[in-house]
Amino acid sequence: MADDSLWLIFLNACIINNFVLTTFLGICPFLGVSGKYETATRMSLAVMFVMLVSSICAYFINQVLVTFNVEYLRLICYIAVIASTVQLVEMFMKKFSPALFRALGIFLPLITTNCAILGLALFQTFREYSFFQSVVFALGAGAGFGLALVIMAGLREQLELHDVPSVARGAALTLMLAGILSLAFMGFAGIGG
Amino acid sequence: MSNTEVTPPMDVFIKGLWRENPVFRMLLGMCPVLAVTNSVMNALAMGAATLFVLTMSSTLVALLKDFIPKQVRIATYIIIIATFVTVVDYVIQAISLDLYMALGAFIQLIVVNCMILGRAEAFASKNSVPRAILDALGMGLGFTIALLCLGAVREVLGNGSFLGFDLFGPSFEPWSVMILPPGGFFVLGFWLLLFAYVKERSDARKKGQEEMSHGG
Repeated sequence: MADDSLWLIFLNACIINNFVLTTFLGICPFLGVSGKYETATRMSLAVMFVMLVSSICAYFINQVLVTFNVEYLRLICYIAVIASTVQLVEMFMKKFSPALFRALGIFLPLITTNCAILGLALFQTFREYSFFQSVVFALGAGAGFGLALVIMAGLREQLELHDVPSVARGAALTLMLAGILSLAFMGFAGIGG
Repeated sequence: MSNTEVTPPMDVFIKGLWRENPVFRMLLGMCPVLAVTNSVMNALAMGAATLFVLTMSSTLVALLKDFIPKQVRIATYIIIIATFVTVVDYVIQAISLDLYMALGAFIQLIVVNCMILGRAEAFASKNSVPRAILDALGMGLGFTIALLCLGAVREVLGNGSFLGFDLFGPSFEPWSVMILPPGGFFVLGFWLLLFAYVKERSDARKKGQEEMSHGG
């Protein structure tokens, strides 16, 4: 797995094994923040940034842990890094874009518990990606997350105007939509070998 | 807070099973719910692992609640949870390597299950140890039940078996999309639809009865 080409890694993380729709990572924000197109775009940008930073940090931390033979601390270190990156993004946003900070609200600190980010760090470790492969993997995963979130938000905005039976409103309908999207993404399976 | 102190202990336990079921009612911890429920065995293992982590971390948070500074409480909770998840990770690896492979990264991802952090923040940090344990057991069981609901439907439809036993014989054509990723979304969607439908029916009946009694 570790000698995959960069392009293939990107494509794989973004479309073929889309993080949200086929690997089931980051479902909570996918269901929670996909109500509005505007928020969905901003959320995905924030997630992409956190993914990139924590992926780079996770790579170096893993090197250190392997050198000292303390791999059992991996999980604790990763989650600490992710939590501090999120904190950093939060402070940065508060200073430079208060409007965006308010718009994202509670979902910003919740990025910490977004499994897509920890999942990314763990996967790149399992697959023994090199530094550049890790970076590309993070970019692909971020793009895939953004893609799924934005498609979903677009669909849900359209559905607002339609007459949906009251039982199906809310989570049930969103899950059905996600299922159909996931079916569509399954069609990409096998691209690039 | 005074309100939560007066709820009887049994109620603390029961509410996680149904009324505040983390999956069907609160939509928390969805990632493992969808990802590992392609067979009953996986669902059971995941449920048990989550139950253990939830109970242990709730106990520890309730014990330490007076010593954790307010500003760093979330970070502390996450470190506590990560410690127990590491324990579970190594235990499952030791017990059954097949199971470990089947669950993949999702054992380690229990750390970011919002349900566990949510219970630590919303309940364990404000209540005594026995109550926190009861709450964690109730929530953990509720989570396991939800996982089993999904796992059973997906395995029966997608594989024609239950816990690995063949149910329908060789003539059965498995509906294999059910054990693939889209099936997870569909089955959970159908369960939610079913519950919403039952709730609407019972609400309508209650309202009808009220109107009847008013009319009479």
